[in-house]
Amino acid sequence: MRWAIAPSLTITVFLLPVVAGLIGTLLPAFGYLPAIGSEHLSLAPWRILIEQPGVLTSVRLSLQTGVLATLLSLAIASAFCALVDGSALYRRLAALVSPMLATPHVAVAIGLAFVIAPSGWLVRLVSPALTGWDRPPGDLVTVRDPQGLAMVLGLLLKEVPYLVLMITAALHQVPHRALRRAGAALGYRTAAAWFKLVFPLVYAQLRLPVYAVLAFSLSTVEVGLILAPGNPPPLALLAARGFADYDLQRYFPAAAAAVLLGLLVLGALAVWRIAEWCVAGAGRAWCERGRRGGAIVPIASASAALGALGLVLGIGAMAGMAVWSFALDWRFPELVPQSFTLATWARQGPRVADTVWTTASLALASAGIAVALTIACLESESRRGRTPTHRVLWLLYLPLLVPQIAFLYGFQVMLVKFELDGAWLAVAWAHLVFVLPYAFLSLADPWRALDPRYARSAAALGASPRAVLWRVRLPMLLKPVLLAFAVGCAVSVGQYLPTLFAGAGRVATLTTEAVTLSSGADPRVMGVYTILQALIPLLVYAAARLLPKLLYARRQGMA
Amino acid sequence: MSGQEPMVGVLGLRDIHIALADRTLIGQLSIDIAPGEIVTVMGASGAGKSSLLAFIGGFLAAPFIARGDVLLGAQRLNDLPPHERGVGILFQDDLLFPHLSVAGNLLFGLAQTVRSRAARREAAHRALDEAGLAGFGERDPATLSGGQRARVALLRTLLAQPRMLLLDEPFGKLDAALREDFRHFVFDHARRLGLPTLMVTHDAADADAAGGRTLVLE
Repeated sequence: MRWAIAPSLTITVFLLPVVAGLIGTLLPAFGYLPAIGSEHLSLAPWRILIEQPGVLTSVRLSLQTGVLATLLSLAIASAFCALVDGSALYRRLAALVSPMLATPHVAVAIGLAFVIAPSGWLVRLVSPALTGWDRPPGDLVTVRDPQGLAMVLGLLLKEVPYLVLMITAALHQVPHRALRRAGAALGYRTAAAWFKLVFPLVYAQLRLPVYAVLAFSLSTVEVGLILAPGNPPPLALLAARGFADYDLQRYFPAAAAAVLLGLLVLGALAVWRIAEWCVAGAGRAWCERGRRGGAIVPIASASAALGALGLVLGIGAMAGMAVWSFALDWRFPELVPQSFTLATWARQGPRVADTVWTTASLALASAGIAVALTIACLESESRRGRTPTHRVLWLLYLPLLVPQIAFLYGFQVMLVKFELDGAWLAVAWAHLVFVLPYAFLSLADPWRALDPRYARSAAALGASPRAVLWRVRLPMLLKPVLLAFAVGCAVSVGQYLPTLFAGAGRVATLTTEAVTLSSGADPRVMGVYTILQALIPLLVYAAARLLPKLLYARRQGMA
Repeated sequence: MSGQEPMVGVLGLRDIHIALADRTLIGQLSIDIAPGEIVTVMGASGAGKSSLLAFIGGFLAAPFIARGDVLLGAQRLNDLPPHERGVGILFQDDLLFPHLSVAGNLLFGLAQTVRSRAARREAAHRALDEAGLAGFGERDPATLSGGQRARVALLRTLLAQPRMLLLDEPFGKLDAALREDFRHFVFDHARRLGLPTLMVTHDAADADAAGGRTLVLE
């Protein structure tokens, strides 16, 4: 019966921080925080929050950037998937999806900030030839613009690849080729057939990933720190700022802001759900009108092109940071530096080595534990011969739907109580909360898709359940197991707030360091940090892809 | 299967009842299958043929409900876990493990009673030789033809020294010429080793070829 406890153990390990954290944030939001001597419930935190100048702008900014980023990423990702088969260029660009996905948000945001800055590559491409500028234009605001458009762009660069991957996975479950052929045979243009026939089937499986995107876009702190306007900032930043204040009294309105953000996300999800019904109704009417082409064709083409451009922009942004890290001198408007040097790497190397080690050890540990727990849950499921209900999937998504800032402070309070705050172990635990859902989602489908008769054959041949696991299931599933591990590593490397809160600011990873340095540091140093940040997940991915190929080089059935 | 030689006996099914939720698939089935005898169970798909084999093998899980005794000689198998029942099963698909070589598949199946590495290799190669597959040991299963894979699957099953043979439409996916061939291959081995054999199929030709008793599930 040991395997039977795996699911409950797993759920406890990764939901305890969320639940305890939510309570630990909710109470201070109403004035209760005995640790600093406040033991009376009151509405004072809310009054302070509301009286804060610009708080309504913060709320509007959060909603605006979050909803816009989600709508655009869904539209662009869907259009890209609809048209990728028909274009050799798009098919080749689709290879950039995985590396973009593996690159942490913070690295992408920093790279983007440098690329779209008035002194960045985009302006240099057309300067001075088209613009006449021989120095960066001082009055052009491209990063931290008051409407948060740079932040939306930064979110899109990460969320479009994520949704493309989710759509690709969902397509395996529906007969999309037959549907498209049927549509084409009835005279429908590619995009029209895809959005009228395939998308409605895919969306059911896309719902939770889209909700996760919406929740993240509304509540991200790290992307906002680099790309969002600072005064007033989006609501998540307002809360984060309060929690970081030396004045402990600022915790109360910060907790209120965090709770407000949680409610905002809840409300946005509810409105999105209602909108789904409306769109579904309108969509049926749209299908029944029977137009073979129509506006969807140019709209889809334009969206897919934006998706392709976004992939190029994202990779370009990372390449730009790599170039910076080797640049000796890179003046405006030169497209490439006049001279290169290893000096930045040589100077930063010894300082950054410890940080690399902390980052890598956290990633390997949290991803390793997450994959082990995932395997235990799936194995327990296999042995009992039943798959859990849809409700369990919602539990799994919970940490991705609740704003990080709404429970990490409370989690930190809990850690302080057990004197665990600031410990490597606490940070690894916090990472596990976010690594586990992704590892599980990545491994569950291939695991459940494995023909159960392999295990039965093995058992009939006398193999014990343990032998079936170690000698049949795991070797046959080596590729998805390693991939889940790589996904977990990438998620861990990218964690900012969990590292900051659980580490009490004392555990530094490449991501937290990069955010700290991002305000006004030397771009060469930023280059080193962002490239290392991107490199760790990419190396693990490469190893995860390569290892099964080497081990099973002579097994066509394992390709 | 720990240590002692496999004991072949009569496979006895007593009052087997299998239901899916509240729908009865098999009412009351009782039959004795003698060593070397091949009994065929026929029926349309969904009639519970495969569930019967899964029940005997110990793989039947919810939402199926089953009761009745499975006996081998004097031993009651119901309480044994699947891997200790000594059932040899062939499915419609060969289910060769794709990560192991042909010999690796056979060695996975070969009973633990053959101990030394050399003896195990020898046993696997002898089996391949006798099946007309000499020299195939190091091959990737994916490179074999359908007929060759089917034969390796049977060899793998037999090397485990099973005490009975369960055939779950094992000829369904082979083309006509191979089917004839492989049927004889399987039936000959079953008779020679004296294994009580239960075959489920919806192909009357399979039953004719087996030449034994036939049960029909409605």
